[in-house]
Amino acid sequence: MAMYKVVANVEVALDGVQNGMTFMLGGFGLCGIPENAIAELVRRRINGVTCISNNAGVDDFGLGLLLHNRQIKKMISSYVGENDEFERQMLSGELEVDLIPQGSLAERCRAGGAGIPAFYTPAGYGTEVAEGKEVREFNGKPHILESALTADFAFVKAWKGDTAGNLIYKATARNFNPMMAMAGKITVAEVEELVPAGELDPNQIHTPGIFVQRIFKGVNYEKRIEQRTVRQRG
Amino acid sequence: MALNKTQIAQRIAREVKDGQYVNLGIGIPTLVANYIPDGINVEFQSENGILGMGPFPFEGEEDADLINAGKQTVTLEKGAVLFDSATSFAMIRGQHVQLTILGAMEVSERGDIANWKIPGRMVKGMGGAMDLVASADNIIVAMMHANKAGESKILKECTLPLTGVNCVKKIVTDLAVLDVLPQGGFKLIERAPGVSVEEIKNATQGKLTIEGDIPEMVF
Repeated sequence: MAMYKVVANVEVALDGVQNGMTFMLGGFGLCGIPENAIAELVRRRINGVTCISNNAGVDDFGLGLLLHNRQIKKMISSYVGENDEFERQMLSGELEVDLIPQGSLAERCRAGGAGIPAFYTPAGYGTEVAEGKEVREFNGKPHILESALTADFAFVKAWKGDTAGNLIYKATARNFNPMMAMAGKITVAEVEELVPAGELDPNQIHTPGIFVQRIFKGVNYEKRIEQRTVRQRG
Repeated sequence: MALNKTQIAQRIAREVKDGQYVNLGIGIPTLVANYIPDGINVEFQSENGILGMGPFPFEGEEDADLINAGKQTVTLEKGAVLFDSATSFAMIRGQHVQLTILGAMEVSERGDIANWKIPGRMVKGMGGAMDLVASADNIIVAMMHANKAGESKILKECTLPLTGVNCVKKIVTDLAVLDVLPQGGFKLIERAPGVSVEEIKNATQGKLTIEGDIPEMVF
């Protein structure tokens, strides 16, 4: 029989979340971010947290909302432009920041979920990212040792999910969500559409429900567009 | 006359070969997609999870769930595919993406590139740039020859924190096309229309090799 991972709402989904924890949050820019979980972290004023997320939102949305309230102690990200408050807190030293190459970030999350403690990558060799890291040559090319990342909670956002926690993402809203889902001790998935187990085509599932501990149907998605670019009909 | 940004993109587009998978960085590199010559079939990879990225959508057809790595709304070409970030960087690190075109603040004689940080002033992060430059076989840089203060960005040694070492193969600037030689140093390949070899020499701080007549670019 299929497992049953459904919780009533975001409040229940975030049961056990505490100050000082490490969180992973899916998304690329504002695309595919767990909007409901972020809103709840803001509401509860969960403080002193470490956030692992590719970006840090914008000043008034996404993780920018947590930054605004100084709830974040440390960010682990690859790109943090588009956020003035972030840059201010980082340059003034209020916010600890670990910037790491995007591919290394993705792979470190994947490794964390896959039981691989560390791996070698060429990315960052010869740069400040490599400082203090083991260097080893493979096939004549230098690589650096990067370690796996895990989190107390991983918050991910999917398009469709079922009651067993299986997830399907839409378009580029997939991004970091599948790897972070794997790497959370407790993974909370919020979905736009929640269906009974058996309704999703098993061939089409991106994240198997074994990686998801709690799932709920999210509400009020804003899905803000950062750069609205269009072409003329012609 | 020095090239404008569109012309830099146009010139770089001539370097793209039929059948290549190509990653375009933010800024001038994004424009390269508009100038791929007829008969050259390429697929654009966007590191946030697209292969077969198309142009911007028509107004009213924007989809918040479909963006490129610059967070701009885009479309998909026929045969496009979507994937997660780990798969995307497997394509990059695994050298399945053959050509990377990106911007830079500085490039050195050894092909080192700096484009992600100005200590104490600007720290936006490296995004996918470090993975891209550490991996692709061919890396072309699109940039202005000098910075706003008029100082050369084509240097003996980079002064800013590096993004990658020994990786850039070619540079297209507003003044010239330069190759980075395997043994180090730059070689002048073409000059912008009406720009003299002397001007390029003066704007280049790193070692510059000039052999024979240097052709002007034609647009």
